[in-house]
Amino acid sequence: MFASKASLTSLLLLALGTAALANCGGGAGGKSAEAPSATTGTAAESAPGAGMEVLLCDGQTKTVVPPGTSGTAIAGDLMTQWLRKNPNSSWEAEERERHTLEPSADNDDLVGRVNGQTYGSITHQDVALWKTETERVALAGSSVFHDAGALGSTDGVSCDMCHPHAANTHPETYPKFQPQLGRVALLRDMINWCIEHPVRGKAFDSDDPKLRALEAYILAQRKGKTLNYGKH
Amino acid sequence: MDREKARRRVGHESIETRHLRERGELFQALKSLDRRSFMKVSAAAFGAAAAQGLLPPHSFQPVSVAHAASPTGTPDTPKFTFAYISDSHLYDRNLNDRFVNQLMRAVDDINAMDPQPDFVLYGGDLAQLGKPVELELGAQILKNIKAPRRMMVGEHDWYFDMGEKWRELFGEPRYSFDHKGVHFVVLNSVIEKDFWTERKMTALERMMTVAGLDNGIQSRFTVGDEQREWLKKDLEKVGKGVPLIVFSHSPLYKLYKAWNFWTDDAEQVQAILGKYKDVTVIHGHTHQLLTNRIGNISFHGMLSTAWPWPYAPEGMPKLTIQMGRPDPFNPHDGIGDGSVQVHADGLVDKIYNLWNRNPVTVTRQYLASNGAKDKPAAPLLASY
Repeated sequence: MFASKASLTSLLLLALGTAALANCGGGAGGKSAEAPSATTGTAAESAPGAGMEVLLCDGQTKTVVPPGTSGTAIAGDLMTQWLRKNPNSSWEAEERERHTLEPSADNDDLVGRVNGQTYGSITHQDVALWKTETERVALAGSSVFHDAGALGSTDGVSCDMCHPHAANTHPETYPKFQPQLGRVALLRDMINWCIEHPVRGKAFDSDDPKLRALEAYILAQRKGKTLNYGKH
Repeated sequence: MDREKARRRVGHESIETRHLRERGELFQALKSLDRRSFMKVSAAAFGAAAAQGLLPPHSFQPVSVAHAASPTGTPDTPKFTFAYISDSHLYDRNLNDRFVNQLMRAVDDINAMDPQPDFVLYGGDLAQLGKPVELELGAQILKNIKAPRRMMVGEHDWYFDMGEKWRELFGEPRYSFDHKGVHFVVLNSVIEKDFWTERKMTALERMMTVAGLDNGIQSRFTVGDEQREWLKKDLEKVGKGVPLIVFSHSPLYKLYKAWNFWTDDAEQVQAILGKYKDVTVIHGHTHQLLTNRIGNISFHGMLSTAWPWPYAPEGMPKLTIQMGRPDPFNPHDGIGDGSVQVHADGLVDKIYNLWNRNPVTVTRQYLASNGAKDKPAAPLLASY
């Protein structure tokens, strides 16, 4: 479920790019089994004779069209196919509607400024991308946080049952000495403690995408709080 | 004393022996004391014992102190007492035994009360997902209560089958009765506008949506036009001087909308109740110590037997003294049950029997003085 959670918006942008057939030459289409993403290349190959095969940036979805077909029509066809294969593609909008998320920082003031390093000049698209991608990780965390199944719970308990909107998680107070554990705990240690005890599940590895997403959501929900590690 | 001699001879005594000796001496002393002195001695003995590290703080609770005397020291016997259990959120026993055990603990608590309460209010959310198996399990456990039982419905009991099973087991969710000169009203305050038909939700999806406290798709709780009309009619036959006690699952005021710590038509209900001299509203849903007063209406929350909710980030009533921050490592902390002592004047003292903590009494003097008198002790650790 995690790997398939791609952004509908960025896919649409890519599909339109594909339709223009200008940006599609570089990628080695067809190799990647991963979900479409903004960095995966796309490819279009001419089939001998009849039509032209156009491959979506997921490397799997394809359509065969006669030369001269409009880009919009190609994109529309590819997207329809992709949406059929990915019925949960609107999960982000749904998650936002169900459980409000604190917005990530607004970087609009950086637009048009040159920093000379990664970005020649920061554009509106850049800041939009940062926001979308960042909030997506937090939204994924929100969906795990509210889902006993995704947490691997064996007793029906999910995080939100004690922490609505991630209240009372106080990530800004970690790391701190947790007397009940007899050692210093990071936020992730406490998440895993909850998963093992009230949730009665199995602790996540520290690089598990679900744990990373949970951390992202909890931190997002405490936006604006002053960091104060060690605070009891 | 022989024991004194024996101690001198041995030169030291073990912690256990000392504990038993001091406990014995304390109880011996208590027999000859009146209630006021009892409070002092009891508190002193508890303090001394705790200071010596002899007792974990939860092993010796001067439970009877809170009940024994009013803060002014005058004998203060309530006219009657009723107990409450609320918000047990039972799953099927095979899925989650913890919530089941916690409800059973509350039933034991109430059955151990001496004297027994006149009746026991169940405050709603007996089930977690409103399933027949959960409600039947709850009904079976509640049958063990010795005192008469009064039921109230919560949203978790309702939105799987729209109250069908609950009504089959417990009858209609709204009713009224008179007890020792007080008029009691029980409301179904968890009526939500239809959000599910348009979204083509299954019964379980509807229930899961309502079960999520922070789920923004659901509607807000209401008492509703029809029930408010019923309430007006019901109260017509009640004299204006008669004390009223109203049970509602949601708080009958607007605290925090995002978690449905909220009743959308609260003002209209308050307007109906406001005509009466003394009104007390006892509500569930919030799983915490919660105190409010609006006009002549006092509001008290009930503890959950399942888990504590955090306090709302905004809109907290001025009169609320928060309960101590629950320890997540102790699954019985921040939860419990309690009782309500109804006095001759119709005002009530609300007792929160927090498991593993000292019980907290929110007295009628505290509310009547708008917080000036008899303030409950502030928690050592406030919420984050």
